[in-house]
Amino acid sequence: MSTATSTAVLDQPPAAAWPPDRQLGTASPAKIAMWIFLVSDGFSFFALLLGYGILRSGSSTWRHPGEPSLSIPFTALLTFILISSSLTVVLAYDASLRGRQRQTSAWLAATALLGSLFLLGQYAEYFGILHPGLIKEGLVLGKSSYASTFYVITGFHGAHVLAGVIYILFVLVYSLRGKASTGLVEVLGLFWHFIDLVWLLVFTLVYLLQAT
Amino acid sequence: MTAHNETGELQPIHHEPTSFFLKYLWSTDHKMIAKQFMWAGLVFLLIGGTLAMMIRWQWAFPGAPVPILGSILLRGSGGVIGPAQYMTIFTTHGLIMIFFAITPLLIGMFGNFLIPLQIGARDMAFPWLNALSFWMYALSLVLVIASLFGNLGPAGAGWTTYPPLSTNLGTPGSGQTLMVAAVFVTGVGSIMGGVNYVTTIIRLRAPGMDYFRMPLTIWGLFLTAILNVLFVPVLGSAAFLLLLDRMFGTQFFIAGSVTGAPAGDPIMFQHLFWIFGHPEVYILILPAWGIIGDLFSFFSRKPANFYRGTVGAMIAVTVLSAVVYGHHMFQTGMSPMLGKSFMVLTLIISIPSVMLVLNWLRTLWGGSIRLTVPMLFALGTMFVFGVGGLTGLYLGAVVPDIYLHDTMFVVGHFHFTMAAASFLATFAGLYFWFPKMFGKRLNDTLGKIHFWMSSVFITLVFGGQLLAGYAGQSRRLYDPYQYSFLTRLHGLNRWTSYAAFLLLLGQFVFIFNFFRTMFFVKASGMEANPWQVSTLEWAIPSPPPYHNFDTIPIVVRGPHEFANPVVLERLGRDWIGQAEELPEAMPGSARKAGT
Ligand SMILES: [Cu+2]
Repeated sequence: MSTATSTAVLDQPPAAAWPPDRQLGTASPAKIAMWIFLVSDGFSFFALLLGYGILRSGSSTWRHPGEPSLSIPFTALLTFILISSSLTVVLAYDASLRGRQRQTSAWLAATALLGSLFLLGQYAEYFGILHPGLIKEGLVLGKSSYASTFYVITGFHGAHVLAGVIYILFVLVYSLRGKASTGLVEVLGLFWHFIDLVWLLVFTLVYLLQAT
Repeated sequence: MTAHNETGELQPIHHEPTSFFLKYLWSTDHKMIAKQFMWAGLVFLLIGGTLAMMIRWQWAFPGAPVPILGSILLRGSGGVIGPAQYMTIFTTHGLIMIFFAITPLLIGMFGNFLIPLQIGARDMAFPWLNALSFWMYALSLVLVIASLFGNLGPAGAGWTTYPPLSTNLGTPGSGQTLMVAAVFVTGVGSIMGGVNYVTTIIRLRAPGMDYFRMPLTIWGLFLTAILNVLFVPVLGSAAFLLLLDRMFGTQFFIAGSVTGAPAGDPIMFQHLFWIFGHPEVYILILPAWGIIGDLFSFFSRKPANFYRGTVGAMIAVTVLSAVVYGHHMFQTGMSPMLGKSFMVLTLIISIPSVMLVLNWLRTLWGGSIRLTVPMLFALGTMFVFGVGGLTGLYLGAVVPDIYLHDTMFVVGHFHFTMAAASFLATFAGLYFWFPKMFGKRLNDTLGKIHFWMSSVFITLVFGGQLLAGYAGQSRRLYDPYQYSFLTRLHGLNRWTSYAAFLLLLGQFVFIFNFFRTMFFVKASGMEANPWQVSTLEWAIPSPPPYHNFDTIPIVVRGPHEFANPVVLERLGRDWIGQAEELPEAMPGSARKAGT
């Protein structure tokens, strides 16, 4: 080996600029971590939906006599509410990019409100507010796979919405104090959009493709 | 120097906390968290090993009272292991070893200790999350211990926890519930750790530390963390559904007349379990591959052969591990066509695996091999992994699997890969980085005795299992000799058990060495870089200061810079650090550069 080449091998320059990875390197650690967490969380939902698929495809009758069907118009309204909240969280991020703190806070509050409305709707669906609710109508956890998978999947999603609303309220407190960075709002937005995206899958698989 | 400002902003130097609580308990220092994982992992490794001895005793002398342990643990039955107790012993052994001993040691200890040090970072990206991850694991240990005292005894449904045995129909006691909860909780901790490791490696590498300049250890830990993040949630969902079945009367995993209503599917659990379970094998072996890949280069005093190929092979295995889980379920009535697809995919894994082994052998070939204790353990790891990998071919193919399924052959196979290989690699790493962690070296002679006792007897123990399985002995039999065709295996099993007892005896050599060095040997006189290697962690004092690096190093070369004639000429040694500047010429050198 000649001296010239081995010296070249030895003294490779450091990567042109810090950070060494241009694409991922410019994202904040929090943003990268949130993306990774969302993929991970997506696999939890994947497992539950896979279980749902296995049980449903393996059963001769999915919905048994005496069990209620799921109301599509009502849940479509909930879906609309959740999609609207994705819009408001984008508007909050946009306001934050422009440095308008009060506007950011307002849109965050709107998002939290819409998320809470969704949770209220889910409560009404389970336990009933103006109408009897699914439990009283005979959809009881443990009675059938139809009921159990329904409560586990929508319940797990509902828990995410609840966590998301609490997360928004934290960011809102920061924002009201004028301390919410754009990055904080952006990472929150990632989580909120994920909840929304998962809901679209749940809405399609559990509600729209119901057994007749 | 904008570059440096940014690293400084991301990683400011904090002062070391002085209160006992912040320094030793809620520590956010990755090095302390690594030590927490080390202590807990080693203790549970010993507990899991002791349980294994009881299983081996039962197979050697079925129905005879267990000496020493029997009088402590089995007082009610006069020291004799009963059939139900036998079930709980092998279940607890398996779960403790996988989730509460090897995982914390290989991933918790090495991951935490090495990732920041080897990539040139001051700590993990989220130190607080790191501490939380350890305490989730600690909480799961509390649940494990509680499960041992559950009503109706500890968990008893096997490490795979298959329903319906794992539901209230088979194991109605609280021990099983607590154990499933423990696996769930430690899974949450693993995901937290995984998110943290991946983010740290992506974001906090020192300037110049390209992906292809990372030590192989970091690659192994990186890929393991990715697999953890992706597949532990699937196990979590399965455990969650199982807990609902056990506690809230759902019937996800129960079918047939017992349910009284149309209900679930026990096979569904197997799908969810093995979607996680097969990657888990690689979760445990990838860090081991990384560690021994580095050690072979370090102690052959040669660059690792075809570094990029090794990395590529590890990535290929990681990807393939996600699509082969069906080979655990050939016997569940799966469509033969599906079985065949899983078989082909499984056998394809042998291509990158062989590439890894060939790269290791080519690294060793012609090297100036130094048979240090870590190197011996690394060589042992390669050997037992080779045996484990080759026996995997029998099980990955459908036809031999029909015969070998659920025999001791399966037990021998996965113990060679998951148990023996990760066990020996853990010790390879521990002997190698102990000086970095504690500033002193473990005794060499004792280390060599430990190595020979470990590697010889571990091979005999699991080799004996392979033979027994090939001869037809089913796994999990309380007393195999109740079957007349297995009575002639009694001698083989008894000799295998003797090897197991000697294996345990060998571990006491390590325990003695460990405590003697830790508490009775003065930390002085150790060279800064006792192994003379080039990775970043050896360029700083041992043990490292709280913030690791005074200034973030600028990396200029790969992790295995050995035997370069220019370095030899200018520095007078056969290695140069990853961030070390190469002087223009050796001062006062008699020899001139050849130009
Ligand atoms: Cu497998």
